[in-house]
Amino acid sequence: MESRAFAIAAHGVRKQYAGAKKRAALNGFDLEVRPGSVCGLLGPNGAGKTTVVKILSTLLQLDDGQASVAGFDVTTQARQVREHIGLVSQHAAVDEILPARQNLIMFGQLNHLSSRQAKLRADELLDQFALTDTGKTPVSKFSGGMRRRLDLAASLIVLPSVLFVDEPTTGLDPSGRREVWTAIRSLVATGTTVLLTTQYLEEADQLAHRISMLKDGRVIAEGTPDELKSALGGDWLDLALSIGSDIDAVTQIVQPVATGSIHIDSEANRISVPVIDRTRALITVATALSEARIELEDISLRRPTLDEVFLHLTGPSETKNSQEVAS
Amino acid sequence: MNSTLHTPERVTGTSSPLVRLSWTIADTWTITRRDLYHWRLQPGPVIVGWVFPVMIVLMFGLFFGGAIRVPDNGGYFSVLLPGMFATTMLFGLETTMITVTTDASKGVTDRFRSLPMSTLAVVLGRCIADMLNSLVGLAIMIAAGLLLGWRWHGGLDAALSAIGLLLLLRFALLWIGIFMGLVAKGPESVTAVQILVWPLSFLSNVFVDPSTMPSWLGVIAQWNPLSATTSAIRQLFLNPGWQAGSWVSEHALLMALVWPMLLVAVFLPLSVRTYRRLNR
Repeated sequence: MESRAFAIAAHGVRKQYAGAKKRAALNGFDLEVRPGSVCGLLGPNGAGKTTVVKILSTLLQLDDGQASVAGFDVTTQARQVREHIGLVSQHAAVDEILPARQNLIMFGQLNHLSSRQAKLRADELLDQFALTDTGKTPVSKFSGGMRRRLDLAASLIVLPSVLFVDEPTTGLDPSGRREVWTAIRSLVATGTTVLLTTQYLEEADQLAHRISMLKDGRVIAEGTPDELKSALGGDWLDLALSIGSDIDAVTQIVQPVATGSIHIDSEANRISVPVIDRTRALITVATALSEARIELEDISLRRPTLDEVFLHLTGPSETKNSQEVAS
Repeated sequence: MNSTLHTPERVTGTSSPLVRLSWTIADTWTITRRDLYHWRLQPGPVIVGWVFPVMIVLMFGLFFGGAIRVPDNGGYFSVLLPGMFATTMLFGLETTMITVTTDASKGVTDRFRSLPMSTLAVVLGRCIADMLNSLVGLAIMIAAGLLLGWRWHGGLDAALSAIGLLLLLRFALLWIGIFMGLVAKGPESVTAVQILVWPLSFLSNVFVDPSTMPSWLGVIAQWNPLSATTSAIRQLFLNPGWQAGSWVSEHALLMALVWPMLLVAVFLPLSVRTYRRLNR
């Protein structure tokens, strides 16, 4: 069929964990990823991201539907699939007692390199991921960012045609996150297809060519980061009102620049307005407010959060709930 | 780009059975060597594991030994040591379970499963490393026993058979350890096993004569696989033992073979099945 044209293809994949809650982990999941591109799988906890990665990397069997990786079926050709993939799972899956270099040599040998090749490759990867000076330090003493980089390096011993990276920066501090982003970007240059799962819109935005948004085990939106953002109506203008100011009056003023429904949080005295033309909207609103002599605590522009993306895509019934959570 | 200079090509495609076998052997050795590196890089836990049974021997021999009546007027050490050799094998169960659970919970098992390596090698490597560990532990126990005045009186062939029976028991416990390590929810469950190992070893003929226990407990103690191996190796070493006159104690040698084989027959398929079902 046409699956060769895609590095990853999944159609109608279903998965229900044995003995789990009634809800299926994956419920008709579809995905097509072109070779050499980075696909971001974006969704909240429990959306099914890890299940997707586990099925595509042959760690988990699907109940229904079909999936292929690098042109091989994950169910009937698991061995061939394993010869073409690299997996960076949520745990930094490396040996804690061994130092970085020995870890890489071990995984090199398990990838069936000769011991000389394995050593050469280990040194090369240590250099590439800035881990050369870790010497004999056991991995258990590494920082979160260092561990992640080692984990990435271990997945790249033999350059895979498809690499799965499951929530690479969850639990990392900002500097660790930047380290990992840099490492993933350097990979993209080698032509490897990357499937990246994340909870952070910003991360998907930074790294992915295309984003699939996952909710309750199925893809609810798909496109380039720009397409998704424009589907959302762009950015948000946040206004923090000073106590006692007239919310209705402010709402009237911002109404003309709003491209969607305005979120009003009367308890926190905050108004969020979806806008497209960032600076123009900001200037228009600021001018109008100062003419009306309404003072603000703060006014700022920001990108939509993942919550808002979901609010937008899942419709008004859940808007109320999320608004309560947000406030 | 300089960084991809040595980037190796993956060996792909289906290979002949002979090539597969040679990869299985190579992978097994890589996994075994990982444990040997652990011994060298973090010797603490391994050495504690080896010395701990010696400490138990000293404690029981010196604190309680004087109060325990030993058949044929032998010293308590001559009865206790064969029993403690068998108990050392039982303690090995914890080592196996801890390593299997840790690898599963840290995602190392998943990494192995996502590699094109031999599945069998993961288990075989574990098996060889743990058997080596127990072999060293046993050697240390025998050395300690000799220092404390324990001797074997049978021939060398009998002594080697006894060691063979001990390793057979260890091999059986290995599969229980792998199975429990795979089904364990995490390192917490290991603690439970570490505690349960004690009543299991006390409910046997290792430390005392089972006939001094309440009769129903005595029966259970005699049927304990640990008791079978202990009785058998006492016979082979020509060390004194407690003669209970029951069927099991009369057929200790047979039971020291049957019990471990039975355990392997149950837990080896169970372990394989559980490992295969990790993908459910």
